[in-house]
Amino acid sequence: MAGPIINDATTKTKERKITIDPITRLEGHGKIEIFLDAAGNVENAYLQIPELRGFERFCIGRHVMELPVLTNRLCGVCPAAHHLASTKALDAVFSATPTETAKKLRELFYMGQYTHSHIAHFYALAAPDFVLGPSAPSNKRNVLGVVDAVGVPIGAEVIKHRSYGQKVQEIVGGRATHPVFGLPGGVSKQISEEERVQMQEMAKSCVEFGKFTIKLFHDIVLANKDYMGLVLNQDAYYLNSYYMGMVDKNNKTNFYDGDIRVVDQEGKEVLKYKPSQYLDVIAEHVEPWTYMKMPYLKKVGWKGFVTGKDSGIYRVGPLGRINVCNGYTTPLAQKEYEFLAKTVKDLGVKGPVNHTLAYHWARVIELQYATERMLELASDKSITSDDIRGPYNEPKEGVGIVEAPRGTLIHHYASDKNGLCTKINMVVATTNNYAAINTSVIQAAKALIKNGEVSQGLLNKVEMAFRCYDPCNSCGTHSLNGGPALEVTVKRKDGSVHSVQRNF
Amino acid sequence: MAEKIKIAQYWGAGCGGCDVALLDIDAKILDVHAIAQVVFWPIGFDGKISEIEKMPDKSITVSFYNGAIRNSENEHIAKVLREKSVVMIAFGSCACFGGTPGLANVTNKKEIFETVYKNTPSTDNPDFVTPQHHIKVKEGELELPEFWDSVKTLDEVVDVDYFMPGCPPTVNLIAMAVDAVAQHVTKGTPLPPKGAVIASDKTLCDECKRERVEKGRRIDKIYQAYEIKPDPKKCLLDQGIICIGPATRAGCGAMCPNAQMPCRGCMGPTKGVQEQGASMLSALSSLLNITDTESQLSEEQVMTLMMQVKDPLGTFYAFTLPKSMLKKAVTERGRRKVVS
Repeated sequence: MAGPIINDATTKTKERKITIDPITRLEGHGKIEIFLDAAGNVENAYLQIPELRGFERFCIGRHVMELPVLTNRLCGVCPAAHHLASTKALDAVFSATPTETAKKLRELFYMGQYTHSHIAHFYALAAPDFVLGPSAPSNKRNVLGVVDAVGVPIGAEVIKHRSYGQKVQEIVGGRATHPVFGLPGGVSKQISEEERVQMQEMAKSCVEFGKFTIKLFHDIVLANKDYMGLVLNQDAYYLNSYYMGMVDKNNKTNFYDGDIRVVDQEGKEVLKYKPSQYLDVIAEHVEPWTYMKMPYLKKVGWKGFVTGKDSGIYRVGPLGRINVCNGYTTPLAQKEYEFLAKTVKDLGVKGPVNHTLAYHWARVIELQYATERMLELASDKSITSDDIRGPYNEPKEGVGIVEAPRGTLIHHYASDKNGLCTKINMVVATTNNYAAINTSVIQAAKALIKNGEVSQGLLNKVEMAFRCYDPCNSCGTHSLNGGPALEVTVKRKDGSVHSVQRNF
Repeated sequence: MAEKIKIAQYWGAGCGGCDVALLDIDAKILDVHAIAQVVFWPIGFDGKISEIEKMPDKSITVSFYNGAIRNSENEHIAKVLREKSVVMIAFGSCACFGGTPGLANVTNKKEIFETVYKNTPSTDNPDFVTPQHHIKVKEGELELPEFWDSVKTLDEVVDVDYFMPGCPPTVNLIAMAVDAVAQHVTKGTPLPPKGAVIASDKTLCDECKRERVEKGRRIDKIYQAYEIKPDPKKCLLDQGIICIGPATRAGCGAMCPNAQMPCRGCMGPTKGVQEQGASMLSALSSLLNITDTESQLSEEQVMTLMMQVKDPLGTFYAFTLPKSMLKKAVTERGRRKVVS
C-alpha cells in the first residue's frame, strides 16, 4: 500500500472567517468557526455545539426508577454508561448496596460497552487519519478506505469484535442499545451458565484482538516519524491541563467504581473525591455561543480558554484516566502502560502526558484492559448466582459516577417519598472536556493556519485536535458512505459565501 | 450494473442509537452498500445541506430521518430532505412519535433554559447567560439554531411516506426495510402503501413468551420493578408491574420482558391507534376491574387504585407525548388529570 499522506497543497485565502461545518467523525453535531486577522493568521476559533434536549427539566416528575431507561437516551453510542451512572445514583438514592453478583454483572456488561466503543472509535474514526493520512483525499479517509488499505480480513475482525462487545451488553443488560437491567441494589436478570460460557469465549477472542490492536498502533503510529512529529508537536497538540478520572483504592484505573482523582500539571494529586462530593469540585460555566456548558475545577476557577495551574480546565477520558492512575490490574494493559511510561520518559516528558494526540494510545491500552477484565469476569462461575437483588430503603438523594468511554460521568438525583424525581443534574463525559476541546481547537488552528494558507488536509488536522477526545461510532456509519463530510465555506465579513471547498 | 440508488440519513434531536442500530446490522451493511450510495449521513448542517439543496428535487431515492424536531436546524434539514427525496422514512421512535426528547413537551424553552443554565446545582451563571440565535463575539458574529418551545414529530413538519418505530429500530426491522427497497430497485416489486408502518401489526403481548392469566385477570396492587422479584415465566402485568405491552406494537421480540423488566412502549401504539397512553390506561382499567359496570368500587377506591401509578405521564407516554392528544395541555399539575 502507498504510504499515508501527511500534507497537501495549500491555497491562500483573503477571507477572514473559515467555517468547518459539519465537523466529522465525531458523535453528535458541531461546527468550527475560525476568524483570521488581516495577515491571515488565526485570531480565534470557536467549536459550537448547536443542540440541547433538556433532560434535566423533563426528568423532573418522572419516577426515579425510570431514569436509568430515560437517561439512556442521552446517548445511543454509550447508553451503557448512562444506564450504570443512573443505576449507581439509584443505589445512592435508595441507600442500597448491590450484591457481589450484581456488581460483577454490571462491570462485565460495562466491559462490553468499552469494547464496542473503543473499537469503533479507533478503527472508524481515528484510524483513517493514521492509516491513510490526515491529508489523504477525504473520500478515501474513512473506514472503508482503512479496510482497503489493511485488507478485508482485518475489517471483518473489527466488525466481529465490536459486535461481541454489543452481544455481551445484550446478554447481561437485556439490550445492547438502551439496556434495562439496572435496579437499585442490583440487576434484574440472572445469567445462565450457557450465557456465561458464551461470553467467556467472546472475551478470549477480544483479548487477542486487543493485542492485535496494540501491535497495529505500534506499527502505524509509533513507527512512523511523521506521525510522531504530529503527536509531539507542542504548538498544535499540547495542553498542560488538570486531569480527572476514576481509580480503585490502589490508584489503578477502574471504569465502574472507585474514587475520582484529580492531578495537576506535574502529575501531583490535588483532589480525591467521592461521588457525593462532586459539587465541591466541579462548577459549570455558560457561554452564549454554544448550547453546551463548560465544567471547570471550582477551587481553581474559570479563566477562559487557557490551561495551566491558574485555570480550572481539566481533561477526562482515556488521557485523563491514564494520567491519574498508576497502572492497570490486568497484565497486558499494565505491560503496555509501562511501555508508554518508558517511551514518554525517554522523550524527556516529566509528569503527565499533555500531548493531546496521546488520547489514541491511551484508548488502545484501555481496550486491552476492558477485554482482559471482561475475560476475568466472564470466567468467574459465581456470576450465574441468583443473588442479584439487594435490599433498599426509602428514596432520598444520591449521586452515581462511572467512567464513560469519553470520561467521568455524573448523575445526581433527588426523590420525594413516592419515588418521584424532584431534582436532577448531570455532568456528562464530553461536557467535562468541552473547554479543553475548544482550547485545543484554538491552539491547533493558530499553529497550523498561517498567512491565510489553508487546505482540506490542514483543516482536517485542526479537526484531529478534537477528534482524539471523542470516541463514537455514529461516525463509523457516517464514514461508510464513502464521502465524509468536510466542507469549508469561506465567507466574507458580511456573511455571504465567497467560495466552497468540498471533499465529497 | 444498475446505477446505485442514493440514500440519505440525518439525525435531528436524537441520541445516535438509531445510527448504532444501522451498524448493528453488521454484514447486511454490505447489502446496503451494494445497492446504495449514501449522499448524506448524520452530521450535516447548513454547509453540507447547502450541497443537498443544489441537487434536483427527488434525486435522493430514500431519506431516513431519525430524531425529533427540536430546533430550527432539525426542521430546515427535514424540509430539504423531503424536497429532494422520493421516499421519506421516519426512522425510530423520536421521528415517529417524539420519543424520549418529546417528554420535554410538559415544559417549554424558558423552563428548560432556567433549569439547565441557572438552577442546576453545578451551574455557575449569576448573570443567567443563555445560548442565543445570533451572537456577537470580539472577532465577528456567530450563529446557533433556534431552540423551539416544543418538540415536534417528523410528520408535523413534512410529509412522511413510511414509519419505522423502535428505540432504536431492531436489526430485523431494518433488514425488512432494506429488503423492501432492494426488491423494489432490483425487481420492481411495489413498495408498501404510503403511510405504512414498517413493523408487525401485532401487539407486544403476542410475541412475549410470558404466560398470561387467561380468565379473570385482576391486580390489586401496583409495584415498581425493584419492589418485587417477578416470577420469570409469568406476565409482568399479572404480577402488578406496569408493562405497556398490551398497548405497544410488536417487532422487538419483547426484549425488556425477557430481561425481567416491563415494556415502556418504545415501539409506539398498536395498529390504528394514535393514543398509546389512553390505550394502556384502558387496558389497565380492565385489569383493575374499573371498567366493569357491575364494579362495586367507589370513585374514591378507583382513585386510590389508580394513584398507585405515581407518574402516569412518564409511565404511559415515555415515547409518544408529542403524538398524543394531550400535547401541551399536560402540565406538572395535570398529572392528576391524566389519571382521572
